[in-house]
Amino acid sequence: MKSAILEKDDVIIKFAGDSGDGMQLTGGLFTDEAAIAGNDLATFPDYPAEIRAPAGTLAGVSGFQLHFGSRKVYTPGDRFDVLVAMNAAALKTNLNRVRKDGAIIVNSDGFDSKNLRLAKYPEGANPLEDGTLDGYEVIKIQVTKMTREALADSPLSMKEKDRCKNMFVLGFLLWRYNRTLDATIKFLETKFAKKPDILDANVKVLRAGYNFGDTTETFTTRYTVRPATLEPGTYRSIMGNDALILGLIAASKKSGLPLFYGSYPITPASNILHGLSKQKNFGVKTFQAEDEIAAATASIGAAYGGNLAVTGTSGPGLALKGEALGLAVMLELPMVIVNVQRGGPSTGLPTKTEQADLMQALYGRNGESPMPVIAASTPADCFDAAFEACRIALQHMTPVILLSDGYIANGAEPWRFPKAADIPEIKVEFAKAPEGEPFMPYRRDERLVRQWAIPGTPGLVHRVGGLEKEDVTGNVSYDPANHEHMVKTREAKVEKIAAYIPEQKLESGHEEGDLLLLGWGSTYGVCEATAERLREVGYKVAHAHLRYLKPFPRNLGQLLNRYDKVIVPEINNGQLVRILRDKFLLPLIQYNKIQGVPISTEELYEFALQQLK
Amino acid sequence: MAVNQNINQENGQPLKARDFATDQDVRWCPGCGDYSILKQVQSTLATLGRNQHNTVFISGIGCSSRFPYYMETYGMHSIHGRAPAIASGLRVANPNLNVWVITGDGDGLSIGGNHLLHLFRRNFSVNVVLFNNQIYGLTKGQYSPTSEENKRTASSPFGSIDHPVNPIAVALGAEATFVSRSMDRDPKHLKEMLARAEAHKGTAFVEIYQNCNIFNDGAFFSFTEKSSKPETTIFLEHGKPLLFGAENQWGVRLDGFTPRVVNMTDGKWSIDDLWVHDEHDLIKAQILSRFFDDRTQNPEGLPRPFGVFYQTQRPCYEDLLFDQLDTAIKKLGEGDLDALLAGNNTWEIKG
Repeated sequence: MKSAILEKDDVIIKFAGDSGDGMQLTGGLFTDEAAIAGNDLATFPDYPAEIRAPAGTLAGVSGFQLHFGSRKVYTPGDRFDVLVAMNAAALKTNLNRVRKDGAIIVNSDGFDSKNLRLAKYPEGANPLEDGTLDGYEVIKIQVTKMTREALADSPLSMKEKDRCKNMFVLGFLLWRYNRTLDATIKFLETKFAKKPDILDANVKVLRAGYNFGDTTETFTTRYTVRPATLEPGTYRSIMGNDALILGLIAASKKSGLPLFYGSYPITPASNILHGLSKQKNFGVKTFQAEDEIAAATASIGAAYGGNLAVTGTSGPGLALKGEALGLAVMLELPMVIVNVQRGGPSTGLPTKTEQADLMQALYGRNGESPMPVIAASTPADCFDAAFEACRIALQHMTPVILLSDGYIANGAEPWRFPKAADIPEIKVEFAKAPEGEPFMPYRRDERLVRQWAIPGTPGLVHRVGGLEKEDVTGNVSYDPANHEHMVKTREAKVEKIAAYIPEQKLESGHEEGDLLLLGWGSTYGVCEATAERLREVGYKVAHAHLRYLKPFPRNLGQLLNRYDKVIVPEINNGQLVRILRDKFLLPLIQYNKIQGVPISTEELYEFALQQLK
Repeated sequence: MAVNQNINQENGQPLKARDFATDQDVRWCPGCGDYSILKQVQSTLATLGRNQHNTVFISGIGCSSRFPYYMETYGMHSIHGRAPAIASGLRVANPNLNVWVITGDGDGLSIGGNHLLHLFRRNFSVNVVLFNNQIYGLTKGQYSPTSEENKRTASSPFGSIDHPVNPIAVALGAEATFVSRSMDRDPKHLKEMLARAEAHKGTAFVEIYQNCNIFNDGAFFSFTEKSSKPETTIFLEHGKPLLFGAENQWGVRLDGFTPRVVNMTDGKWSIDDLWVHDEHDLIKAQILSRFFDDRTQNPEGLPRPFGVFYQTQRPCYEDLLFDQLDTAIKKLGEGDLDALLAGNNTWEIKG
């Protein structure tokens, strides 16, 4: 019997299982297939802080959320159309977010009495049998059993066989969404090129899952999601941290400066260090420092020596780097500090997302210590933001903080990547010995920028340091008037960057009207989706998204005044909103969610509606 | 026109010690041991024919860390304890520079102890000159990590209960490849140690006993003053037996793993019985590092050693790093940005 094929605009799938079940890989591979099929998409991995939390427990559930569609996809989505639950704990932790009448695909082998007990179901209760799932389309598959049967002839151990069960689920889903197996098989062939038995087993189980859908008469419906109308071009799928790596390397190439990356392992920034350490043939020098402070100060040393110096971390690490960044401000050396934010304070929620380091980025140093701050808004945008952070640092001789967060760092989306030739050059000139006069290390040009005089250059020997500098000469100075002058000059230098960045534009919506949603960082998708829904019901709503948090774009105040109301949604307790209120004295409305997860469109939409009524 | 950078551009003479001095007023207290060290460093650079623009002095915070302001070279007076990390980054950025770290007992062994440890084990080619005065001078006289137990200072009015750190033992424990000790009041020996440090490829550590005549005057007088120096100190020389005393009347021999001072005049011992110093013997260097007595207090004790305790050759971090970069480029070719941007999996959206 041939299955019917239904068309869908978009689908939200949550893959959930034990940390050891391979859900991140399964989700990632399904994402690749969706991308290749031309869908727009957004993903959101959600995994426990523990490497291997006890198997079968609620704490050990690892999830991967994918939203793909034939129309524009802004966020990984609020409610799941499909939940894949590999065990009882995965079902329990995710059931409340499955859409009414949504589909639940369960591995019924993951619901034995032990699994149920670990998932803290009451003695004797089984959600697969007691009516808990009434109203949902429930597809029960004995995944473990069928995986083992498919591999009856395989030489692998039972444990190794069981590791293939995620491929069964993937195969089944690829059938259900009318996809091919090509890209997945290609991936497996590369990954297991040297392990033919494992490759063979994975492919066998993948096909078994696909064929299971195809031949079992129970599943009469398949779905198709047509390609999205994306701008023509060549695309790839990209995660935020990977895009950030590419942005840094592009800036290195385009400035002609070797890239130095000093870092200390910290979630969720570590994979920037991993990714860059592979790129040795791009001349990338990675330095795994002994601590966050050394990562920052070694980067200062590299910047002093004339490299494009970058240090990367997450919130707690930024706190440790604070003193060093003050030195970088004083030295006026170019440097980029990447902060992939996570839930705080202290160790906080290492694997969860938050935007609560904005104040730290702007003010978290002793003394008057101004520094440009810019933020990436989506996974692919991490490329542009990283490149721009490097450009500002190099052309304005200043440390620059680049904010990302756990949500976009690990999230993925399609990216129409640029051609190398189309990426602009970053012009950098080192100081040369002046003719017939002494070199003045703190002489400035019209942008208040001093020259980059690197050791090894004849005729420029000079001393720098953390003590206050005399204007122009750079000699140590305790003169009261000079100190005030230098404080004001350093601030003015950063503010002058506003003349060299674009004016704030609207992402979408009316030039003036009822409401402006003003976001920064990873709330981009939810702001855009909410604004679109509000416009659909008749409101004049726009969305603007700040890349530049210091200095602000020069037209920002004027833009804010064109709307009756402005809502500033943030995943913190209200940080940007305070800075804006302070600067523009406007009654801005804050919307905050501080739960370690992104704001949902539903939530922001409901809140905005109330404000508009 | 090519300029010979080892020549004073005004008088055409080779660079002298004074060519490495800046026009800044030196602001250490009159009588401070730092003056002697500054002079010997300037003189060492001149003697070795180093030039100004390829030399960089990096310091942290403390009296000693003012040093870069007085050197007519590149220099950075950075933040407390971090000079080793800054120097590491600088060596990675430009391995052709001659990099010196100037630090003190508080800067290098307390707030910056971690960085010093990791600099040593990575073996960046940097000279580390540690001014040990056993006191915090710049903050006006608190006990430091090298201060002796029971020391009464502003922050230890009832006597310090901190056990002191042994800088030479720390350096050896952290796998430093050149470990030496000298003193401010023996300029000839100091200059010799600085020159040997500068000639060493890898991290070269020179601990200098330096007198703080304001807050800890005379801390090292047992070892530095003519009246007691011969009886309390031993100057290590590679291949030479361990002899000391005004008339070389004392020797040191190893009894198993136990060093013992023996009298060379009572006829019981000959020179052949003595420990012969071998700079390349780590085990013996570690025993030497434990010679921590003061024979004016304990006449039976061991003499305090000065000189090169240990030297070995091990690849430098920066060389290994550049090797990896070169190998990758040889193997894979210079990185292709377009290929990197595209990754492994792309698809076309047609217009």
